[in-house]
Amino acid sequence: MNIIISSVVLLAIIALIIGIFLGISSEIFKVEVDEKILKVRECLPGNNCGGCGYAGCDALAEAIAKGEAAVNQCPVGGAPVAAKISEVMGVDAGTSTKMVAFVRCNGTCVNANKSYEYTGVKDCRIAASLPNAGEKACRNACLGYGTCVAACKFDAISIVDGVAKVDEEKCVACKACINACPMKVIELVPYGKKHKVECSNKDKGKVAMDACKVSCIACGMCERTCSVGAIKVTNGIAIMDYEKCNDCGACAEKCPRKCITK
Amino acid sequence: MVAEIIVAIITAALISNVVLSRFLGICAFLGVSNKVETAKGMGVAVIFVILLATAVTFGINYLFLEEKTSIFHLDLTYLQTIAFILVIACLVQFLEMFLKRYIPSLYKALGIYLPLITTNCAVLGVALTVAQDYSNFIIGMAYALGTSGGFCISIVLLASIREKLENNDIPESFKGKPIVLIMACLMAIAFTGFSNLNIG
Repeated sequence: MNIIISSVVLLAIIALIIGIFLGISSEIFKVEVDEKILKVRECLPGNNCGGCGYAGCDALAEAIAKGEAAVNQCPVGGAPVAAKISEVMGVDAGTSTKMVAFVRCNGTCVNANKSYEYTGVKDCRIAASLPNAGEKACRNACLGYGTCVAACKFDAISIVDGVAKVDEEKCVACKACINACPMKVIELVPYGKKHKVECSNKDKGKVAMDACKVSCIACGMCERTCSVGAIKVTNGIAIMDYEKCNDCGACAEKCPRKCITK
Repeated sequence: MVAEIIVAIITAALISNVVLSRFLGICAFLGVSNKVETAKGMGVAVIFVILLATAVTFGINYLFLEEKTSIFHLDLTYLQTIAFILVIACLVQFLEMFLKRYIPSLYKALGIYLPLITTNCAVLGVALTVAQDYSNFIIGMAYALGTSGGFCISIVLLASIREKLENNDIPESFKGKPIVLIMACLMAIAFTGFSNLNIG
C-alpha cells in the first residue's frame, strides 16, 4: 500500500512541478502570433493529414492567413470549414467553387479496342511504359489498373468496367490521383458539372475512330455548335473552358462520337 | 577520473555510436538529414535535450527511485520509464518554446521533428542507461555527452553525404529514402571499424 501511495504522490509532484515550470516559461517565451492564423487554425479539423499539400494544419492556417492558400483548401473540412474560414478572412466563400476530380476517358471494356493482351503487373505506371502506352488501342486512355484508386485517401475512386470513376460526393479535390496518374487523364472540374469531355484522345479522324467507340476525333462540331465559345479543339482534342460554359448541353447533343457526357 | 571521462565519451560517441551501432533515434536520423544546416540544429537540440534530461533524471532516480539512496526507502525503479518520459517531454516543450522565440528559422526547419525528440528513443535510452548502469554522476554525464555527440556526428555526416548525393545519377527506384538507408548501412559498417579501438 505504502509503495502505491508514494509512487502516485511522487509522479503527481513531478508532473505538478513540470506543469508550473512549463506554464511560467510559456509566458516568458511568448511569441506574438497573428490572430488570424490562430482563428483559421481553430476552424481547421486538426488531424494533420497533409491532404491540402501543406505540412499540417498549422502550416495551412499560416498560408491561408497570408493569402497564399485558398480558404477552401482543406479537403477534409469541405464546405462547412471553408465557410467558417472565409468568415474569418472576410472573403466570400461563394467565389470559390468546389472542384472534383474527373477522369477524361470512357474507354470501357466495351468501348475501347485493344491492340494486344497484357497479363503483367496490374499497375498503370508499368502498363503506361509498354508499347502504345498500354493494351488499349488509344494512346491516351485510362488504363484501369487502379493506381489512382491506391493514391486516393478518401475512397472516392473506383474502377468500373475498366475505367476509373470518381465519386463526386466523396472527392475532395486533393489532386493525389492527378499526380499519380501516368496517363494524365484526370483533371479537376467544377462539382455538379453535367457536360464534360470524357475523352483524352489526341489523334484525329480514322485513327481515333479505330481506337475507341467513344473517342474524340477532333471534328470540331462542338466548337461550331457552342454559342458561348466555351469549347475548343486544340491538339486533336476538345477542351472545355468551365468558366465560360453554361452547361446548355448543345455540344453533347451534336457530338457524333458521344464523348461529351450528358 | 579524467581518463575515465575521456574513455566514456569516446566509447559512447564512436565505438558504440547511438545511431549506427545501437540503432536508437533512427527516426530523426533519417528524417532531418536533408541539409547540413538543419542536421546541425537537430544534433545540437538533441545534445541539449539529452544532457538536461540525463541530469534531471539522474537526480530523480537518485533521490526518489533507487532504494538505497531514496528518501522514501522504497524500490520505485519501475517508475523510471514513465517519470523519465515526463521529464523529457517537458524539456522538449521548453526547447520548442525557446527556439520559437529566439531561433524561429531553426524552429521552422526542424518542423515536426522537434516535438518528435520527445519520442526519440536515443534520449530515453541514454537516460535509462545512465540511471541503471552509472552510479557516478560526472561519468554518467560524460556518457550522455558522448552519446549525444555521437548522434550529432552521425547525423551531420549523413547530411553531408546526402547533399553530395543530390548531384548524382541515382537509379529511379533508389531515389529518396532507399539510397539514404543504404548510405546509413555503409556508415554503420564503417563505424564498426572503431570497435577495434583499444582504449581504457
